[in-house]
Amino acid sequence: MDIEEAAVKARAFSYFRAATIDQALDAHARAGDDVRFIAGGQSLVPALSLRLQAPRLLIDITHIDELRGVRREGGYLRIGALTRHCEMLSEPLIAEFAPLLHAAAPFVAHPAIRNRGTFGGSVALADPASEFPAMTLALEAEIEIAGATGTRRVKADDFFLDLFETALQPGELIAAVYVPLFKADQRFAFDELTRRRGDYALVGCGMLATCTGERIDDIRISFFSVGNTPTRVKGAEATLIGSNLDAERIAAAQAALDGDLAPPDSDEVPPAMRLHLARVLLGRLLGRLKEGV
Amino acid sequence: MSGFDESMLDGADETVRVRFVVNGRRVACEVAPRETLVDCLRNALELTGTHAGCEMGACGACLVQLDGRAVHSCLMFAVQADGAEINTIEGLTESGVIADLQAEFHRRNALQCGFCTPGMLVNAQELLSQVARPSREDIRDALSGNYCRCTGYEAIVDAIDAVAKARSEAGGTT
Repeated sequence: MDIEEAAVKARAFSYFRAATIDQALDAHARAGDDVRFIAGGQSLVPALSLRLQAPRLLIDITHIDELRGVRREGGYLRIGALTRHCEMLSEPLIAEFAPLLHAAAPFVAHPAIRNRGTFGGSVALADPASEFPAMTLALEAEIEIAGATGTRRVKADDFFLDLFETALQPGELIAAVYVPLFKADQRFAFDELTRRRGDYALVGCGMLATCTGERIDDIRISFFSVGNTPTRVKGAEATLIGSNLDAERIAAAQAALDGDLAPPDSDEVPPAMRLHLARVLLGRLLGRLKEGV
Repeated sequence: MSGFDESMLDGADETVRVRFVVNGRRVACEVAPRETLVDCLRNALELTGTHAGCEMGACGACLVQLDGRAVHSCLMFAVQADGAEINTIEGLTESGVIADLQAEFHRRNALQCGFCTPGMLVNAQELLSQVARPSREDIRDALSGNYCRCTGYEAIVDAIDAVAKARSEAGGTT
């Protein structure tokens, strides 16, 4: 069959498999515009097949050893960008020191997608409906970015700028994500509301709280599928700090979402419905957090 | 490992040689960089048991095993698989490793047109290799990325459930 006659085929591109970060960055710099890095490719390949994107060069970064591995580094867990979604479920260090990511992983797409898709790729794409980008906010993670002038670390709070727009500059790539180690006085909760398992969430939420006994000393709550970027709900967070998660405070946090979230217009899920679902989900998760406190 | 040089940018329409082990045999083919793995398997290697459905990772008809794990062969280019070990439904059939699943699908009419079946079997094998004794809920969850447009899912879940029980009673989890 002539490939041009078929409906879902990528435009022609050149392919380069990089062995090191330097090689990948160098190739990007020399090839100029219209270049994409490819890792798991679980979002990029369909975008190419549908011709939403048509780069002239793909730089394959999946064979770069420096981007692999999960290890402790100081007070952080360093999660290599190429860590696959399925490893979020199977890697013991993730389960112990970043349990919120472990809890979110089963909700990411389907098993076969999780076998290929990478954590760094998900964060770099910054799909507002994705689980992991939002969880980097709740975890107060830092993103290590490799570029021509060396590496820099950007706080998740400063990383997600707008729809599919991040602090990554052209030619830069994510090397790793640093997640503060989970501590004994912390609690977490995660869930999402979907029409079918594996679908993009109508609304999703993850949270990490630091407690003294029953009292919430600090809490970070991050929603996804609620706007152009993953979104921390700072108004709701503020109402909960110092509380024992009593019903009154939970209701106040739910009410605060009106000010924290401004869901976009959509025929399928009107803003009022999405806000309602967000309040329902927040109430559920805070209830679970209280049980664990 | 050589670095990038600008002449590579002129190579978009040129084929490159890729080598992989498919169903236990070493093969080499000439592919354009934009050719997906499923097209390479079906067209160059004539392994047409792997089906191209939606070609965007939604339907699960194109699942194959790549280095032992189920992946969508429509969601990667053949050049990305250079050096990998691939098992398609033909190889899994030949080796007998999914013979019990195939027999149970047949016995319970867990297929009508059969288009989704290779993907269903690859995914069922993936699940049973990861979870020794999945619940029906686990099975449904694992199949959430596999579409069947004719028979519905009940018999498919029944078949996988029956094989999971039989395998765990036999003492093996693979």
